[in-house]
Amino acid sequence: MELTKDEQAALNGEKGEALQTAYRILLATGEATNAEKLIPIKWAHLSGVNYNTIGDSGEEFLRKLSEGTKVTVKSTVNPMGFDFDHTSEYNLDEAFIEKQRSIRDSYIKMGVEPTFSCTPYDIYDLPEKDTQVSFAESNAAIFANSLGGLRTNKESAFSALASAITGKSPYSDLRKEGNETQMTIRMKLENPNELDFGLLGFFAGKVADTSVKISGVSQPDRRSCKALCGGMGTSGTCAKFQFSDEDENSSEKVDFGKEEMNKIFDELNTSDKGDLITLGSPQLGLEELSDLSKMLKGKSFRKRCMVFCSRAVQHQARSLKYTDEIDRAGCDILSDCCTCLTPLIDPNNTDSVTTNSVKGAYYLKNSTGVDVNLKPLSKIIEDETK
Amino acid sequence: MSKIIVQGKAKGVILKTTNPINFLGAVDKNTGVIHDQKYDIFKKSIKNTVLVFPHGIGSSVGAYTIYSLKSNNAAPVAMICQKADLTVASGCALANIPMIIISKDEFDSIENGKYIQIDTESEEILN
Repeated sequence: MELTKDEQAALNGEKGEALQTAYRILLATGEATNAEKLIPIKWAHLSGVNYNTIGDSGEEFLRKLSEGTKVTVKSTVNPMGFDFDHTSEYNLDEAFIEKQRSIRDSYIKMGVEPTFSCTPYDIYDLPEKDTQVSFAESNAAIFANSLGGLRTNKESAFSALASAITGKSPYSDLRKEGNETQMTIRMKLENPNELDFGLLGFFAGKVADTSVKISGVSQPDRRSCKALCGGMGTSGTCAKFQFSDEDENSSEKVDFGKEEMNKIFDELNTSDKGDLITLGSPQLGLEELSDLSKMLKGKSFRKRCMVFCSRAVQHQARSLKYTDEIDRAGCDILSDCCTCLTPLIDPNNTDSVTTNSVKGAYYLKNSTGVDVNLKPLSKIIEDETK
Repeated sequence: MSKIIVQGKAKGVILKTTNPINFLGAVDKNTGVIHDQKYDIFKKSIKNTVLVFPHGIGSSVGAYTIYSLKSNNAAPVAMICQKADLTVASGCALANIPMIIISKDEFDSIENGKYIQIDTESEEILN
């Protein structure tokens, strides 16, 4: 990759340690994707906020970095481990709370917007088509590319952070025109619900490279689209899909039918019941909270149900009264965190969790260490409320 | 034909898997042990190995896992992949873990358990 004189000087350490580190990262990711140069980006979305995921070394790294470094483009951040407004109802470790506070403060000190959300597309209007951004959260990158018309690769926590600091990203892969996919996945399931779309996403992530076409699908609702993005981001490297029924240009066609779905389902579903319920990974948007409030009318959950949404969306939902019915039904509405790797779910007193999120299922099983009962939202409400 | 992603020198015993690795979901950041039973290197530790795997997958936060492994002295001494992905490339860049990309043929012929030396400055990168 060719660097300008200025970029080379920064890489050599002439502009301080933070910029040197940032350019070291961009050089590695540029080489990894055969980029010829760096280009400006307009928005970085950072991952690596939850203390459960980044640990002591991550906390320390960010604390040191924040001492003299500011982001230079609009930057938003992923969820933390928990909601600071709801620590007393959960058995949280004091040390965890302090470390999480430090991480939060480091990001704020660097000038990022304290969104603590995996759904920045539900909070901000998206910039104009083809705008170059740098999104680390995988579901957000896939959403941005596939449904938002933006351009990003599936950035890592460090490549997006380097982009936030420098305002640049390597010009490669999905950032360029004409990197069209050769694979089409033919959706064979009739009337798919959001869980089916999550499973389709997980399947697509496994078989596709960096982008994929999906045929046999008419425009699904936002909940299903987000489930598709979440599932896809969890299982592979694919960062873009396109709904398209013309597959004659595809050299490879793969079916996603009952058999393929059951195989993924059996991999992720390990229990026929859950001790508690989580809704939201990705965090729920305004439309989903509105739907949920309608579906819960007159009903109450028999067990703890955690509803995750961003703080911005919760504010909007509260002012529109969507939250009244959800609160009344006994849900905990939680912001700044989500199902994935939250310490709010303690494997010492929880054996299994019911969720409709394929992404959530993967991390509940593999990172939190609990069994998972996967079912669509309509079935969760049917089975778990009175 | 090798491509250098992160420069450096290393030597160690090869731990090879044909499974792409989700660092956040599958690797214990304190010990380097693989804790996802779907991997063919389940229960094995990647600590101090030359880790050979197709590519990284899944969460972007896996880059922090690689950095944590290094800070906890539980990281591989080098990584060799068949395809580069941004999570592994950036994690190795920050953690100063030499990383190279090799062709499919080279990948297929690398033997698990063999001792290997890597020097990205040398003409023969792998020895």
